[in-house]
Amino acid sequence: MQRNYETVFIMTPVLSDEQMKETVQKYRAFLKDKGASIVYEDHWGLRKLAYPIQKKSTGFYHLVEFAADPSIVREWEVTFKRDERILRFLTVVLDKHSVAYNEKRRRNKAEKENVEEKAEA
Amino acid sequence: MAQAGKSEIKYLTPIAVDIKRKKYCRFKRSGIKYIDYKDADFLLKFVNEQGKILPRRITGTSTKYQKKVAQAVKRARHLALMPYVADLLK
Repeated sequence: MQRNYETVFIMTPVLSDEQMKETVQKYRAFLKDKGASIVYEDHWGLRKLAYPIQKKSTGFYHLVEFAADPSIVREWEVTFKRDERILRFLTVVLDKHSVAYNEKRRRNKAEKENVEEKAEA
Repeated sequence: MAQAGKSEIKYLTPIAVDIKRKKYCRFKRSGIKYIDYKDADFLLKFVNEQGKILPRRITGTSTKYQKKVAQAVKRARHLALMPYVADLLK
Protein backbone atom coordinates (compact mmCIF):
# COMPACT_ATOMS: atom_id res chain seq x y z
CA MET A 1 0.00 0.00 0.00
CA GLN A 2 1.22 3.44 -0.84
CA ARG A 3 1.22 6.38 1.48
CA ASN A 4 1.51 10.07 0.89
CA TYR A 5 4.71 11.78 1.85
CA GLU A 6 6.16 15.20 1.58
CA THR A 7 9.84 16.02 1.61
CA VAL A 8 11.49 19.41 1.81
CA PHE A 9 15.21 19.54 1.33
CA ILE A 10 17.72 22.37 1.38
CA MET A 11 20.65 22.37 -1.01
CA THR A 12 23.86 24.33 -0.56
CA PRO A 13 23.92 27.77 -2.16
CA VAL A 14 27.33 26.90 -3.59
CA LEU A 15 25.75 24.90 -6.39
CA SER A 16 25.38 26.38 -9.84
CA ASP A 17 21.97 26.45 -11.45
CA GLU A 18 22.82 23.40 -13.49
CA GLN A 19 24.19 21.40 -10.56
CA MET A 20 21.09 22.19 -8.61
CA LYS A 21 18.81 20.96 -11.36
CA GLU A 22 20.92 17.84 -11.61
CA THR A 23 20.52 17.20 -7.89
CA VAL A 24 16.78 17.58 -8.08
CA GLN A 25 16.72 15.33 -11.11
CA LYS A 26 18.65 12.69 -9.19
CA TYR A 27 15.98 12.53 -6.50
CA ARG A 28 13.23 12.59 -9.04
CA ALA A 29 14.84 9.61 -10.73
CA PHE A 30 15.15 7.84 -7.39
CA LEU A 31 11.43 8.07 -6.79
CA LYS A 32 10.62 7.02 -10.30
CA ASP A 33 12.98 4.09 -9.98
CA LYS A 34 11.24 2.87 -6.81
CA GLY A 35 7.82 3.05 -8.32
CA ALA A 36 6.68 6.13 -6.45
CA SER A 37 4.56 8.73 -8.13
CA ILE A 38 5.32 12.41 -7.72
CA VAL A 39 2.18 14.33 -6.89
CA TYR A 40 3.60 17.81 -6.77
CA GLU A 41 6.89 19.61 -6.89
CA ASP A 42 7.76 23.11 -5.91
CA HIS A 43 11.03 24.92 -6.15
CA TRP A 44 11.17 27.76 -3.65
CA GLY A 45 14.52 28.98 -4.91
CA LEU A 46 17.22 30.61 -2.85
CA ARG A 47 15.98 31.48 0.61
CA LYS A 48 17.56 32.94 3.64
CA LEU A 49 17.95 30.48 6.50
CA ALA A 50 16.70 31.45 9.94
CA TYR A 51 20.03 30.37 11.38
CA PRO A 52 23.30 29.28 9.76
CA ILE A 53 23.66 25.61 8.80
CA GLN A 54 27.18 24.40 7.97
CA LYS A 55 28.22 28.05 7.97
CA LYS A 56 25.82 28.86 5.14
CA SER A 57 23.19 31.48 5.57
CA THR A 58 21.15 30.72 2.46
CA GLY A 59 19.97 27.63 0.65
CA PHE A 60 17.88 26.31 -2.23
CA TYR A 61 14.62 24.88 -0.96
CA HIS A 62 12.84 22.19 -2.86
CA LEU A 63 9.59 20.47 -2.03
CA VAL A 64 8.43 17.09 -3.33
CA GLU A 65 5.09 15.55 -2.60
CA PHE A 66 4.82 11.92 -3.54
CA ALA A 67 2.98 8.68 -2.99
CA ALA A 68 5.21 5.73 -2.24
CA ASP A 69 5.52 2.45 -0.49
CA PRO A 70 6.68 2.96 3.13
CA SER A 71 9.59 0.55 2.62
CA ILE A 72 11.49 2.97 0.39
CA VAL A 73 11.48 5.89 2.82
CA ARG A 74 14.45 4.67 4.79
CA GLU A 75 16.62 4.43 1.72
CA TRP A 76 15.28 7.76 0.52
CA GLU A 77 16.45 9.44 3.71
CA VAL A 78 19.81 7.70 3.68
CA THR A 79 20.55 9.11 0.22
CA PHE A 80 19.93 12.58 1.61
CA LYS A 81 22.19 11.95 4.53
CA ARG A 82 25.02 10.81 2.29
CA ASP A 83 24.64 13.68 -0.13
CA GLU A 84 27.02 16.53 0.60
CA ARG A 85 24.95 18.95 -1.43
CA ILE A 86 22.04 18.63 0.99
CA LEU A 87 22.08 20.82 4.08
CA ARG A 88 18.80 19.64 5.57
CA PHE A 89 15.85 17.50 4.70
CA LEU A 90 12.55 16.62 6.27
CA THR A 91 10.14 13.91 5.24
CA VAL A 92 6.68 13.84 6.74
CA VAL A 93 3.73 11.51 6.27
CA LEU A 94 0.65 13.32 5.06
CA ASP A 95 -2.68 12.40 6.60
CA LYS A 96 -6.00 13.06 4.91
CA HIS A 97 -6.26 16.58 6.30
CA SER A 98 -2.86 17.62 5.07
CA VAL A 99 -3.50 16.13 1.64
CA ALA A 100 -6.72 18.13 1.44
CA TYR A 101 -4.92 21.24 2.63
CA ASN A 102 -2.18 20.87 0.03
CA GLU A 103 -4.69 20.34 -2.74
CA LYS A 104 -6.66 23.37 -1.71
CA ARG A 105 -3.54 25.46 -1.55
CA ARG A 106 -2.48 24.34 -5.00
CA ARG A 107 -5.88 25.13 -6.40
CA ASN A 108 -5.83 28.60 -4.88
CA LYS A 109 -2.40 29.19 -6.28
CA ALA A 110 -3.45 28.06 -9.75
CA GLU A 111 -6.50 30.29 -9.62
CA LYS A 112 -4.44 33.22 -8.53
CA GLU A 113 -2.07 32.71 -11.43
CA ASN A 114 -4.98 32.49 -13.81
CA VAL A 115 -6.38 35.76 -12.55
CA GLU A 116 -3.00 37.40 -12.91
CA GLU A 117 -2.64 36.15 -16.44
CA LYS A 118 -6.02 37.48 -17.33
CA ALA A 119 -5.18 40.81 -15.77
CA GLU A 120 -2.05 40.99 -17.85
CA ALA A 121 -3.83 40.05 -21.07
CA MET B 1 4.28 28.44 49.90
CA ALA B 2 7.73 29.44 50.97
CA GLN B 3 7.82 32.52 48.80
CA ALA B 4 4.47 33.81 49.94
CA GLY B 5 6.12 36.66 51.79
CA LYS B 6 7.66 38.26 48.71
CA SER B 7 5.12 37.58 46.05
CA GLU B 8 5.32 41.08 44.66
CA ILE B 9 6.72 40.81 41.15
CA LYS B 10 7.47 44.03 39.40
CA TYR B 11 7.28 44.35 35.65
CA LEU B 12 8.74 47.14 33.55
CA THR B 13 5.52 47.45 31.60
CA PRO B 14 2.19 46.65 33.18
CA ILE B 15 0.71 43.43 31.86
CA ALA B 16 -2.56 43.96 30.07
CA VAL B 17 -5.08 41.64 31.60
CA ASP B 18 -8.28 41.31 29.68
CA ILE B 19 -10.71 39.53 31.91
CA LYS B 20 -13.83 40.01 29.87
CA ARG B 21 -12.83 38.35 26.64
CA LYS B 22 -13.16 34.60 26.66
CA LYS B 23 -10.33 32.71 25.03
CA TYR B 24 -11.13 30.31 22.26
CA CYS B 25 -9.33 27.84 20.08
CA ARG B 26 -8.93 29.45 16.71
CA PHE B 27 -8.53 26.12 14.96
CA LYS B 28 -11.76 24.75 16.30
CA ARG B 29 -13.62 27.93 15.54
CA SER B 30 -12.43 28.32 11.99
CA GLY B 31 -12.31 24.62 11.22
CA ILE B 32 -8.62 24.32 10.42
CA LYS B 33 -7.64 20.67 10.45
CA TYR B 34 -4.01 20.82 9.41
CA ILE B 35 -1.31 23.22 10.50
CA ASP B 36 1.28 23.75 7.84
CA TYR B 37 4.88 23.82 9.03
CA LYS B 38 5.92 25.60 5.83
CA ASP B 39 3.88 28.66 6.66
CA ALA B 40 6.32 30.38 9.00
CA ASP B 41 4.43 33.67 9.03
CA PHE B 42 1.39 31.98 10.47
CA LEU B 43 3.36 30.04 13.06
CA LEU B 44 4.88 33.29 14.23
CA LYS B 45 1.60 33.93 16.04
CA PHE B 46 2.32 31.04 18.38
CA VAL B 47 5.79 32.00 19.53
CA ASN B 48 7.11 34.85 21.61
CA GLU B 49 9.89 37.25 20.64
CA GLN B 50 12.48 34.72 21.63
CA GLY B 51 10.99 32.13 19.34
CA LYS B 52 9.60 30.05 22.19
CA ILE B 53 6.27 28.33 21.73
CA LEU B 54 3.55 30.12 23.66
CA PRO B 55 1.58 28.09 26.20
CA ARG B 56 -2.03 27.17 25.71
CA ARG B 57 -3.09 29.38 28.57
CA ILE B 58 -2.08 32.41 26.56
CA THR B 59 -3.14 31.50 23.04
CA GLY B 60 -6.27 29.61 24.07
CA THR B 61 -5.57 26.78 21.66
CA SER B 62 -7.17 23.44 22.55
CA THR B 63 -4.94 20.55 23.59
CA LYS B 64 -5.48 18.74 20.34
CA TYR B 65 -4.29 21.66 18.23
CA GLN B 66 -1.59 22.83 20.62
CA LYS B 67 0.15 19.53 19.96
CA LYS B 68 -0.08 20.16 16.25
CA VAL B 69 1.12 23.73 16.59
CA ALA B 70 4.12 22.53 18.60
CA GLN B 71 4.88 19.87 16.03
CA ALA B 72 4.65 22.37 13.17
CA VAL B 73 6.87 24.91 14.91
CA LYS B 74 9.48 22.25 15.58
CA ARG B 75 9.43 21.15 11.96
CA ALA B 76 9.75 24.72 10.79
CA ARG B 77 12.75 25.17 13.06
CA HIS B 78 14.43 22.10 11.66
CA LEU B 79 14.08 23.46 8.14
CA ALA B 80 15.46 26.85 9.21
CA LEU B 81 12.17 28.54 8.41
CA MET B 82 12.05 29.69 12.02
CA PRO B 83 14.87 30.24 14.48
CA TYR B 84 15.50 27.99 17.46
CA VAL B 85 16.71 30.95 19.45
CA ALA B 86 16.20 34.59 18.69
CA ASP B 87 15.72 37.92 20.25
CA LEU B 88 13.47 40.52 18.77
CA LEU B 89 11.66 38.17 16.46
CA LYS B 90 8.70 40.51 16.19
